[in-house]
Amino acid sequence: MKPVNGSSNLNLSTWTPDAVQAFEKAGFSRRGFLRGAGALIVGFMAGGEKLAAQATGTRVTDGTQVDTWVAIAQDESVVAYSGKCEFGQGFLTVQHQLVADELNVPYERVKVIICDTALTPDQGTTSGSQSHPAEFGTAGLRQALATAREQMFRMAATRLSLTPDQLMVKDGVIMSKTDSTKRVTYGQLIGGSTFKLTLDTKAIPKDAATYTVLGTSVPRVDIPGKVFGKHQYVQNVRVPGMLHGKPVRPPTIGAKVVSVNEASVKGLPGNVKVVVKNDFVGVVADREWQALQASKELDVTWSDGPAIPDQATLYDYMRKQPTRDSLIVNASDVDRNLAAAARQFKATYLHPYQIHGSMGSSCAVADVQGTGATATATIWSSTQGVYPQRDSAALLLGLPRPNVRVVFVEGSGCYGINGADTVCYDAALMSQAVGKPVRVQYTRADEMTDGENIGPAFVVDLTAGVDDKGQIIAWDYESWALSKGGRPNATTPGNIITAALAGFPTPAIVPAAANSPTTFGNNGNAASSYGAGVVGNNAPGGTGNVRSERVKTHTIQSMFFTGPLRSPNRLQNTFANESFIDEIAAAVKVDPVQYRLRHLSDARLIDVLNAAAKAANWDTRVSPKPGNAKTGVVTGRGISCVLYEGDNGYCAIVAEVEVDQDSGVMNVKRLIASQDSGAISNPDGMRNQMEGGALQGMSRAMKEEVKWSGNRITSVDWVRFPVFKFGDALPVVETVIVNRTDKLQMGAGECTITSVAAAIANALYDATGARLRQVPFTPARVLAALKERA
Amino acid sequence: MAAISFSVNGRPYNVDTDPDCPLLYVLNDELGISGPKFGCGLAQCGACTVLLDGQPIRSCTTVVSEAAGLGVTTIEGLGTPENPHPLQQAFIQEQAAQCGYCLSGIMLYGKTFVDSNPNATQEEILDALSGLICRCHAHNRMVRALQSYAKAVKA
Ligand code: FES
Ligand code: FES
Repeated sequence: MKPVNGSSNLNLSTWTPDAVQAFEKAGFSRRGFLRGAGALIVGFMAGGEKLAAQATGTRVTDGTQVDTWVAIAQDESVVAYSGKCEFGQGFLTVQHQLVADELNVPYERVKVIICDTALTPDQGTTSGSQSHPAEFGTAGLRQALATAREQMFRMAATRLSLTPDQLMVKDGVIMSKTDSTKRVTYGQLIGGSTFKLTLDTKAIPKDAATYTVLGTSVPRVDIPGKVFGKHQYVQNVRVPGMLHGKPVRPPTIGAKVVSVNEASVKGLPGNVKVVVKNDFVGVVADREWQALQASKELDVTWSDGPAIPDQATLYDYMRKQPTRDSLIVNASDVDRNLAAAARQFKATYLHPYQIHGSMGSSCAVADVQGTGATATATIWSSTQGVYPQRDSAALLLGLPRPNVRVVFVEGSGCYGINGADTVCYDAALMSQAVGKPVRVQYTRADEMTDGENIGPAFVVDLTAGVDDKGQIIAWDYESWALSKGGRPNATTPGNIITAALAGFPTPAIVPAAANSPTTFGNNGNAASSYGAGVVGNNAPGGTGNVRSERVKTHTIQSMFFTGPLRSPNRLQNTFANESFIDEIAAAVKVDPVQYRLRHLSDARLIDVLNAAAKAANWDTRVSPKPGNAKTGVVTGRGISCVLYEGDNGYCAIVAEVEVDQDSGVMNVKRLIASQDSGAISNPDGMRNQMEGGALQGMSRAMKEEVKWSGNRITSVDWVRFPVFKFGDALPVVETVIVNRTDKLQMGAGECTITSVAAAIANALYDATGARLRQVPFTPARVLAALKERA
Repeated sequence: MAAISFSVNGRPYNVDTDPDCPLLYVLNDELGISGPKFGCGLAQCGACTVLLDGQPIRSCTTVVSEAAGLGVTTIEGLGTPENPHPLQQAFIQEQAAQCGYCLSGIMLYGKTFVDSNPNATQEEILDALSGLICRCHAHNRMVRALQSYAKAVKA
């Protein structure tokens, strides 16, 4: 296929200037592209001036150095470099705001280059709502900017024969506080040169209360390119001479290659080549469509693969496996207090495997050139971590790490480790085999079968005792969760499927007893919000006042690859904990908000809980709602709250539902979320995250479940893995931001989603007196719960 | 292989292609048009939506030969940063996206419906988008953007 007229494969001259700019912003250069791909150092042009830091093609990427983070040109433009990526969550915009504010330069002068192993510092992965804590922390971008600003003040003082404290800065001009004619610009001080300075942990960043760009709803830098259709996603990357690859996966979990009949694709259009490495099989062709056709024709004989547990008995199976245990809290008096309790409560909560299900199936382009120790590889990827991917891809390809460059290009929203990493390996293995750049975009079935590391299923058993006043006196949590693989790192490419197929081992879960905890850490939110979090003689680390608390987790071997899916573990645990507190509140006949407040000690969590209740016009009373009929359509409200990761964002959410008790169909009518993530960088950006989190959380709670039959995953498309779509009843979503300019910035992306499922289950209980303890809340499960209600 | 002519965003093209190849691949790979995107290839999500003679279709399951002699419009064809379409303005105004990968479907189905039903209620707009997926679940903003576009159409 060849265009007779029109543009050729990647002809940047046909692109609009904004498209080229977006592409360059992603770390590419026009010239680099036209010259052909390879481990090029881009010559980024800022205001027409090549930055000195890059002129040599050897940018430092050592995060302890100021020059790694920021460069200022003679024309006063500022380029910052960061290892925190953009996935539509808006953090690229926040980073622009941070640079403008911390340096006191106009926002328009700032460009931020993100995530490229040749250009940007190693900041691990962009995940876990850790971007704000990292970039505003003592080793991140803000500290580098503060160091740079203080250095420029010192330089200006020398130049102007004043002292730094006699100076002020406005719009990138440092001047005497009393005589603005005594002035010098950043560009004049350092433009085109480098700082040669180590990050100073004593440099004092601006007080958030004085921010003028941060804290405002600056529109997202990426949205115009997206609505004009010009934004270049990784799915749009095309490089000269590029071929298209398509992996051919085992039809069942754990199947192995018996034989590959290459003759079966001989003569098909597109110069089809077959690539086999252990159990990794792929085809490469000139065109994507040709590769897809060839992959269907390729005759591969696979072994059957081992039997895996039946879906219907998964949760029982999980309780019977060898486990790796850990204890978060282990008060010695839990059994005694449970035994002495006036009333004891017990419940089990079940959560299925779920997928990220990115809108765009995962895609990457890899260009492996040469052989042996001098071979190089460039990978264009929407990975959450360019460095971990570089290191693991180097191992996969047998190349020295410095010879591999990973360039981040935004993909569709990922919500965790979707197929972005493993598809890079597909492209890289095929590129290495054929000696040409290869692009791979998964099919929907590739993505949903094993292309991503899915969110694990959970079983949570909870037991609690209350005294004769209904106050909780002991809380006992025990969970079973599945795990296999995870994020790849330098030594474990086998954590994701492509490398595992190619022969790299996936570390197994090694059964082990729990050690006694020495400090309280609630990263997985296994401990409820109502626990005091007392470990040893340490001060309480939790947000509640229940001191008699035991929290024990069991990890078992999963048959499917698993990994972080938005709010990993925290979402499953919060569904359990926040449903259970509601069950107890109802049993002791106290309003769900009031009952929570009786057990909370953390002022900020109390505030967000009250803020959500107030915004929702919370009707203070005991659940279930008095007067609701036992048939027909009824309504109810539920609440849930959590301190995400134990220290990274306070949130609460109220759900209002309407349920038809005859059909079991439940619709969420309204979701009201509140959140305190410290000093807020971009209120509208945060609302966007909260709104999306609320609806995605509702979708996961009500619809989503990975399905399998025999040892074959069957939920391989949007019909068999239903999610909340347009046309489904859309709730009103309201957001309340509790902004605390005096508090450290916390994560914002995963708070809201964490508490949605419990709020909905609690609302269903309020409406009907029926309790949902298993996600997803399908009409069949609602009907079953209605049948069981007292 | 066959030579097939059609226009995209007003510009004529003549491509030599497998006539059974989906239109989406020709747009993305041959013509460098990146607005419509591959999401599922199964007509289940809408990421690949284009207008074919003014009507929204899923280009992932529409073979290129069906476009022969017709006009294709993608979201790039609506407007430019210098001369934005009111629909694009509305989406920017409402910041109606997270990753934005789904936008072709939401914007083009939404536009087609609102253009002929500028007085539509929110329910009716949602109904017109039935079946489309936005996995970032930015639904509320997108509906707000389409409602504000409806106001512009009326004005
Ligand atoms: S890609 Fe065409 S509908 Fe999903
Ligand atoms: S904005 Fe990401 S899929 Fe819609």
